[in-house]
Amino acid sequence: MHVPDGFLNAPTSLATGAIAAGVVGISLQRASREVRESGPALAGLTAAFVFAVQMVNFPVGAGTSGHLLGGALAAALVGPWTGLLVMSVVLLVQGLLFADGGLTALGTNITLMGAVTVLVGFLVTRGLLRAMPKRLGSVVPAAAVGALVSVPIAALAFTGLYAAGGAVDLSIGRLAAAMVGWHVLIGIGEAVITAAVLSAVVATRPDLVYVARHLQADLVLVDDQGRTTTVSPDRPVAAKPAGRSLGAGVAVTLLIAGVVSLFASANPDGLEFVGAKLGFGEAAKESAVAGSPLADYGVSGIGNGHVSGALAGIIGVLVTIGVGLLVAKLASLRRRAESASEPEPASRA
Amino acid sequence: MTGGAGDGLYVAVDSPVHRLPAQVKLVALVGFVICVVSTPAHAFWAFGVYAGIVVALVMTAKLPAATVLRRMTVETPFVVFALLLPFVAAGPQVDVLGVSLSESGVLGAWNVLVKGTLGVVAAIVLSASTSPRDLLTGLERLRLPRTLVAILSFMIRYVSVVSGDLQRMRVARESRGYDGGSLGHLRAVAAGAGALFVRSYERGERVHLAMLARGYTGMMPSMARRQATAAEWRRGAGLVVVALLVAVAARVVGG
Repeated sequence: MHVPDGFLNAPTSLATGAIAAGVVGISLQRASREVRESGPALAGLTAAFVFAVQMVNFPVGAGTSGHLLGGALAAALVGPWTGLLVMSVVLLVQGLLFADGGLTALGTNITLMGAVTVLVGFLVTRGLLRAMPKRLGSVVPAAAVGALVSVPIAALAFTGLYAAGGAVDLSIGRLAAAMVGWHVLIGIGEAVITAAVLSAVVATRPDLVYVARHLQADLVLVDDQGRTTTVSPDRPVAAKPAGRSLGAGVAVTLLIAGVVSLFASANPDGLEFVGAKLGFGEAAKESAVAGSPLADYGVSGIGNGHVSGALAGIIGVLVTIGVGLLVAKLASLRRRAESASEPEPASRA
Repeated sequence: MTGGAGDGLYVAVDSPVHRLPAQVKLVALVGFVICVVSTPAHAFWAFGVYAGIVVALVMTAKLPAATVLRRMTVETPFVVFALLLPFVAAGPQVDVLGVSLSESGVLGAWNVLVKGTLGVVAAIVLSASTSPRDLLTGLERLRLPRTLVAILSFMIRYVSVVSGDLQRMRVARESRGYDGGSLGHLRAVAAGAGALFVRSYERGERVHLAMLARGYTGMMPSMARRQATAAEWRRGAGLVVVALLVAVAARVVGG
């Protein structure tokens, strides 16, 4: 699953690196209060858990077994921001200590397998939980659907990146169909495993499950005079309230990602142009002399590579902006939810 | 402390590459791979030069060839993808032994294979010559946010503990008659994973409380050792400069 080096060209890799840095920066900021309250050890151990559980082979029926990617599960268990940090840390360790995934592709891997799966998984899960009955039993199916959706969306995001900076002019429609088709299957496995693991956690410690925290039943106490007192469960530490700094962070991320991806969209054309001028012509000549079966390759490919390069650049910018908007949207949703719920604890206290 | 899951691929020998500070290695190897990635695929000679550099790095770092080769298998899924490219890519077709292949697909497959392989070997050199602790100090020196470094350090410290937990659960499960495979066993495996999360979470809480009890103030003490010297940075920069020259030459001269 880890994208290696050279799969996407250098500008696209740099652009996804900028996106990944921005997203990790935002989640560091949003999760800072949680991390201060419960310590870096908790997040570190959750990352160790994700790392370990990715190596487990789960039987998913029909004699096959699958393993977990864990983005949606992490989002459901520890929330989107800490979950994103956890997935980024896992990917960093895999890339830097285990040579899993390329060094220049680290940004791509964090963007796709960290940011996209965690955020999509979380948004879908929470959206479904709003629509479903407010019971603890709703958590598992909602997270399963979140996991199911998150994998093909990540595959689509990969296709978008490939369209922007892929090495070969594949037909993007066909690539998207193949990627999504295959990843729906993987997503089903992911959903089954996520549901099974999450239901085991919900059965023993529902208070640990982030998306289930608001579903904890109030404790009703009746004293000897028949008066009832309702005790709400402890309010978990909220993420840092959104401030102006967050807006600035989002803006800066968008700006950086936007500028770099503009560069990404402009540059391949330039490279191809240079390639057409210098490299390809010569290579074709040599091949023709060699009389190899691959003689004159590339020359006729360029005309259509040129157009697809330009098109791909535009798609790349759109994908970048889409990811940025998704992050911004999530942040603003979060802010609204918080400003709505903020007065409550004060009045209760 | 070798062989644990928390050690990554680290090979504990003494070599000039091992002695280089982690931040220098990180910057140099990332720079090198960026040069490799931005080299046009048809400049075949350039990849020969890169391969020579990478082999020289592996030799200088005194890494056993078996370790490097074994680790290179992580690429396999993308090798499969690359081998499919000639059959599915668009563009003009060419007949090889009676099979119709896409020309740009053949070049693309070569592109993915050669760049991916060089990238993986570069990453192996980094991970096999840098202990996790050195890597953390290097990342800290490179101004990675301290919270992230702290989370990373706890993950690396505890990943072997958590894997050990998982291993013991598996042994316990199998000794009670679990044989794996069928869907019915999913519940058993998943319950184990769920329990593992609860255990890890509670361990995280305990560790944090223990830290607070010992005077943790919210800031991890800095792990940084000495700074990299100018000579060490020059050595790292040498690699990038050579790669850059090759990349530029490949762009200008072509294949």
